Amino acid sequence: MAGFIARRVLLVLPSLLGLLVVTFLLIRTVPADPAVALAGDNATPEQIEAIRRQYGLDQPLLVQFGRYLAGVARLDFGASQFSGRPVAADIAQRLPATLELTFAALLIGAGLGIPLGVVAAMNHNRWPDFLLRILSVGGIAIAAFWLAIMLQLLFAMQLGWLPLRGQLSVGLTPPGGPTGFLLLDSLLHGRLDILGDALRHLVLPAVTLSVGGLATIARFTRAGVLDTLQKDFVLYERAVGFPRRRMVWIYVLRNSVVATVSQIGLLFGSLIAGAVVVEAIYDWPGIGSYTVQAILTADAKVMLAVTLLVGVIYAAVNILTDLALALIDPRIREGR
Amino acid sequence: MLVLRKFLRDIPAVIGAVIILFVVILALFGPWIAPYPEDASASHLLRRLKPPSAAYPFGTDNLGRDILSRVILGARGALKVALVVVGLAMAIGVPLGLLAGYERGVLAEAIMRVTDVFLALPQLILALALAQLLGPSVESAMLALTLTYWPFFTRIVHAETQRLRNALFIDALQGIGAGTPRILLLHILPNILSPIIVRATIGLGFTILVAAVLGFLGMGATPPDPDWGLAVAQSRTYLPNAWWFATFPGLAILIAVLGFNLLGDGLRDLVDPRLRRSR
Repeated sequence: MAGFIARRVLLVLPSLLGLLVVTFLLIRTVPADPAVALAGDNATPEQIEAIRRQYGLDQPLLVQFGRYLAGVARLDFGASQFSGRPVAADIAQRLPATLELTFAALLIGAGLGIPLGVVAAMNHNRWPDFLLRILSVGGIAIAAFWLAIMLQLLFAMQLGWLPLRGQLSVGLTPPGGPTGFLLLDSLLHGRLDILGDALRHLVLPAVTLSVGGLATIARFTRAGVLDTLQKDFVLYERAVGFPRRRMVWIYVLRNSVVATVSQIGLLFGSLIAGAVVVEAIYDWPGIGSYTVQAILTADAKVMLAVTLLVGVIYAAVNILTDLALALIDPRIREGR
Repeated sequence: MLVLRKFLRDIPAVIGAVIILFVVILALFGPWIAPYPEDASASHLLRRLKPPSAAYPFGTDNLGRDILSRVILGARGALKVALVVVGLAMAIGVPLGLLAGYERGVLAEAIMRVTDVFLALPQLILALALAQLLGPSVESAMLALTLTYWPFFTRIVHAETQRLRNALFIDALQGIGAGTPRILLLHILPNILSPIIVRATIGLGFTILVAAVLGFLGMGATPPDPDWGLAVAQSRTYLPNAWWFATFPGLAILIAVLGFNLLGDGLRDLVDPRLRRSR
């Protein structure tokens, strides 16, 4: 097992190095001359030259890349243009909010998607199955930004059931706890009022973010269960008179989740990327809204750091997923 | 004909095909179908933000323009972006995948490692960053989407080519001295066309969706283009009163993307019924 883990980690390293090269090249080569872009519209040639020297842009590309690597290794991404604070500090402060949102969305997606997939498979080619197929294709086709606005329109503006935006009502201050995760901290401090308020704020963004994942999880579960229902052991259990419900929800489901688990791993990465749009609309104080601000103000340092961060999370989740699969299925562990 | 009959029995796929046909007709003949074609750029401040009525079935927007007309006129832009992006992504991804799947050695390995890196990048964030760096416009949005979508073709073509490389008929071709380009283009490519077409169909829907996100965030189409994503963004200031302003352009995105996804799913089942339905 240790060898398996080591091999997976080693395989990721070239990809991460590649990620660094690509992000570096994008930032340095896509604007024709970054010094001109940095100096602004009315800069004199002398000013541009000064900026070029100041940022080390007159050095060979390889030297610049070396400096960039050294900075990344120390988690030093420089200061953000619009917040004026170090990018790494901003990210550390905002990451918990994004992770909370992503986990909530994943919980909704798996909690509803798996049972829906099982129900559809049990009713193969009847109306629940047909309905789920259309709904799941729709869930992938819906634009998250539009769904977010529609949900805001209905549940926040018209009905007034849920808050419109933000993570906490005005007047409440986060307990400032040990973890940085709002829900966890308010629980640790015993502030149930804050917990309740934060949960109400979480509903709409989490539901919006979960829709695409829910559809994917339901589809994969349905396909997996349909596959397993064809197996010999199912025929045997039915022959000896096993109750159908118990058989499907316990034995068939356990044999069908392998594809779903690897799909959930892949989803986590795409959820973090999807959080960009959802957070921007709900004013969620996480990495996503930070990224949008950075993009709108052309803050290259922040964009670079976020791209790297999401890339690293992708890679880490991939390794974790492989590990989970290896634990479930010994055949994956042993050979290729 | 057997294939066609089988396809017609798959109701969701037929619905998808009908939707796509409808979108294509709107894209081709939009200016003649739209009730107020001049509303692509004109503004009529006297009738701004009118709710849906017989004269304006989808209502009017903040500049008094007929939303139905702008939804119809927006089809051309959406379809153009999707076709250009998927076409360019195929032009880059398919040859690379063929080469990497057929050859062994450093070049093949290098192609696939680069592909892996691009697949590991967060696509939406990369596209947004690229569009910003290139300067927000439809053209840079298309370029950014192309640069993030080609690896999907490379991966699928690579896998299929590798599977075919050891087939007997390829051995035979090599034996009689056929050159590599000939084998790749005339013998392997036609055999792997169906998975490419399925991926392209789903890719068209996906591209419409991501292009709408770029438009929504101001990184794609620019005013006064009748862009669906842009319209949803503009509508936010006028909520909750002008609900129709946000609703109908978003519905247009949903229906168009749904059409491509339903058709893609159906084609996948048709090509290989054993394959699982997935994205």
